[in-house]
Amino acid sequence: MCLAIPGKVVEAFDQGGMRMAKVQFGGIIREACLEYVPDTKVGEYVLVHVGFAISKVDEEEAHRTYQILEEMDQLSELMAPVVAEREGQAPGFRDSATGTNGNHRPETKVTRGKEDAC
Amino acid sequence: MEVCGGQTHSIVKNGIDHLLPEGVELVHGPGCPVCVTPLEMIDKAHAIARLPDVIFCSFGDMLRVPGSAGDLFTIKSEGGDVRVVYSPIDCIKIAHANPDKKVVFFAIGFETTAPANAMLAWRAKQEGLKNVSLLVSHVLVPPALAAILQSPENRVQGFLGPGHVCAVMGYEEYEPISAKYHVPIVVSGFEPLDILQGTLMTIRQLETERGEVENQYSRILDREGNKTAQKLVFQVFQVGDRNWRGIGTIPQSGYHLRAEFADYDAEKLFDVAQIATRESEICISGEILRGIKKPKDCPAFGTVCTPQSPLGATMVSAEGACAAYYTYGRHLNQAKGVDVPIHSVGGAA
Repeated sequence: MCLAIPGKVVEAFDQGGMRMAKVQFGGIIREACLEYVPDTKVGEYVLVHVGFAISKVDEEEAHRTYQILEEMDQLSELMAPVVAEREGQAPGFRDSATGTNGNHRPETKVTRGKEDAC
Repeated sequence: MEVCGGQTHSIVKNGIDHLLPEGVELVHGPGCPVCVTPLEMIDKAHAIARLPDVIFCSFGDMLRVPGSAGDLFTIKSEGGDVRVVYSPIDCIKIAHANPDKKVVFFAIGFETTAPANAMLAWRAKQEGLKNVSLLVSHVLVPPALAAILQSPENRVQGFLGPGHVCAVMGYEEYEPISAKYHVPIVVSGFEPLDILQGTLMTIRQLETERGEVENQYSRILDREGNKTAQKLVFQVFQVGDRNWRGIGTIPQSGYHLRAEFADYDAEKLFDVAQIATRESEICISGEILRGIKKPKDCPAFGTVCTPQSPLGATMVSAEGACAAYYTYGRHLNQAKGVDVPIHSVGGAA
């Protein structure tokens, strides 16, 4: 709860006026808000805490920190359920990047890969 | 004292406390937000979560924290609509999808979590949402350090400051504490080498009779912190007194919603003021959080109190000192002189 988890920004988009991103943590992709590090670009690494990026980190630091958090069983927050966009589609939550409501986006599901951490 | 629960886990997991020379002891601090959320607030959360028209949202860590009677899992099993969310702003989506329900978020945490919780209140107000509110129990690290230093029982001579808290807030606000009490505060990361380097920097200060704030974690944070995040936090919250579980009330040690966000304050919206709390008579988590005792000093540790059946929050949270000792059980072996298998908390929240 007091630790932030590093991840790679793989896509940035606007959601109802909020700068958001898809962030990859090992094999898991989740949405995170970029409002507090607004100059973040796709491909950069950020420290994310409860869905909010709080600072940027370099790639080497991100990999090392992630590995240690994994060893310490401190990644459970990433496995919290995803609240689907369609459950609560608000008028202001239209995805300006795609012109859709975002239901198709893979970040609305937890995806697991070979490097899955949890 | 290492302040952050993540640091505690790293220390116990890696046996750092056993590597240090005699005369150097790491005591575990109060930096576990789940652990210090007061029982009264947990009971309020439970009272709200039991209401039929409420969707009660929380970070996963809080679901197994025992109140005076049961926990949020119990309430969920009895039919309460209790949901784990990844991020506070998930509550906005839930509120839109359930206009006939009142969505209440249990906004706990230290400074690291405050920007996320502040954004929920800010967005809810911006959108004019009428069915979202926050049950706020936010605490701040610097006043807790001052309270520890002021205590006549205090034995802490230096602090490893909380790295990710300072990524948000910077470390400027620790400088007056360090100066007033002439105590080293070394803001540190939580990797084993961070802990060791932070400890070395602290000891060097003590040996040269310095009491300053130093930054071991400079690859992540600077003195200023994240000013953008701080700005929104201060627009939504104001500093006020807070009660800490096991410690008591510390003046000016937490955040409260500002008056302009009163419509989003669950404590004002729900009639939960009068709740009689009942704390475990056995649990010593308060003394553990103040650095006076360690988990192995507790008669209930590993017997009556386990992560599966916790008496206190320090055994529940993945960052709690008791959970760390239980997970990496060698301390239990030492304390009891019996062979107890090493258990895994298994993603403890």
